[in-house]
Amino acid sequence: MLTAEGLQFRAALFHLVRSFFSKRGFLEVDTPIRQPVVLPEANIVPLRAGNWFLQTSPEQCMKRLLAAGCENIFQICPCFRAEERGSRHLEEFTMLEWYRVASDYLELMSDCERLLRFVLNSLLEIGSGQPIVVDSCIAKMVIEQPWERLSVAEAFSRYASCSVAEALDQDRFDEVIAIEIEPRLGRGRPTFLFDYPARCASLARLKNDDPGLAERFELYIEGMELANGFSELTDAAEQRKRFAEELVKNEQSRKQAGGVMPERFLAELEKLGRAAGIAFGLDRLLMLLMSADSIDEVVSFSPSDWD
Amino acid sequence: MFSASDLRKGLKILIDQEPHIIVDFEFSKPGKGQALYRCKLKNMITGSQFSNTYRSNDKFEKADLEERTMQFLYNQGDEYHFMDTSNYEQLFLTGEQLGDNVNYLMDNMEVQVLFFGTRPIDISLPIFVELSVTQADPWARGDTSGTDTKPVTVETGYQLQVPPFVVEGDKIQIDTRTGAYVTRVKE
Repeated sequence: MLTAEGLQFRAALFHLVRSFFSKRGFLEVDTPIRQPVVLPEANIVPLRAGNWFLQTSPEQCMKRLLAAGCENIFQICPCFRAEERGSRHLEEFTMLEWYRVASDYLELMSDCERLLRFVLNSLLEIGSGQPIVVDSCIAKMVIEQPWERLSVAEAFSRYASCSVAEALDQDRFDEVIAIEIEPRLGRGRPTFLFDYPARCASLARLKNDDPGLAERFELYIEGMELANGFSELTDAAEQRKRFAEELVKNEQSRKQAGGVMPERFLAELEKLGRAAGIAFGLDRLLMLLMSADSIDEVVSFSPSDWD
Repeated sequence: MFSASDLRKGLKILIDQEPHIIVDFEFSKPGKGQALYRCKLKNMITGSQFSNTYRSNDKFEKADLEERTMQFLYNQGDEYHFMDTSNYEQLFLTGEQLGDNVNYLMDNMEVQVLFFGTRPIDISLPIFVELSVTQADPWARGDTSGTDTKPVTVETGYQLQVPPFVVEGDKIQIDTRTGAYVTRVKE
């Protein structure tokens, strides 16, 4: 269970995030957590709530809002993913998600830099005399160091025992990323890992000059994945094809999610202009700022608080 | 049967027909990728360790392990003999199988013997055991080595460091997990 000081720190972070986006004209939205259909993703298993599902991310609703004419929007909300449990995973966790219209993934990377620098500068200002002091190494690297932008291909050639193509052929892409690459990222400076193989990004737009790659990135600090962002795929026919592929990839996920096409989402996707969106794990950011070894230490109640 | 999501530290599973215990466990799932269950495993028979990464669809058989309370009788060379007091069945384990546990085995001591099927593979001891000190040198006052402990030998032949006030004939409590002195026991 989080201490009173921890709760204050968590609240201060949330407050700063909200003020960052409000100042920049983003509208804060709150969309339903319970939904009748989920976006099919092979490796994400939703939790059921009656005949509906708990959201695995607010992506579906937020993109529908964009399609309905909303401009830049953000949201802080709980998300749920079944069977994800470890020192960096809770089945229920807190996501910050934001969308930019008429924009792409490069702009989101800049957003990340601006957001974290704003948050850390503000925390340092109010920090002295506070019961919880921000980890100074993290603060220093975020504020003072230039952030690294590393393509997936370059990361494989620098850190991995095989190439991207070999890893994909052997169905070892995730394993190589997790074991050989992730621990090396974000050391001494934050790292954006970008341009993922097309098949690892079912909702992202492919690059115009290289359709083998998707305009998707992840942010890493100290070997920890913090955020996943991409330029949005807005071609409904292509999106339908990719969802169909996701549905056949993982039987368990399909069973759990009902294996249904999100028809309403696909119909409205056509109205979505150029846009980019990103999901940012706020609990993980708190872990870094508070030097916590486990995600359980930064939430008000973790599963172990019910034992 | 266990599935990958059941994996956790301390779980005992069957790999290549031998029982293994998970001594270290980490769940990871790189951005929108597959869930990976990274385990460090120890073979419960040979003690050898290795690491492996499992996926969501992997399934594991439960290791058929059973613990029985038995009494330690005696050792003959490297063979340590135990008896099931309910049916007088006897068996032995080797010093290699017992490892450091041989340091704390006293005649008639009750221990838990771990069986894999019908085969005894290990024992577990009480966390704390009480043993008599059979040899202790008086603490040399003015010892300049800077330590405030001295070595003693207990009745099993095990040597350990204790505070200077412990003398020959004292009974002391030892933590079998670490082999360290805990306290002197008042008779």
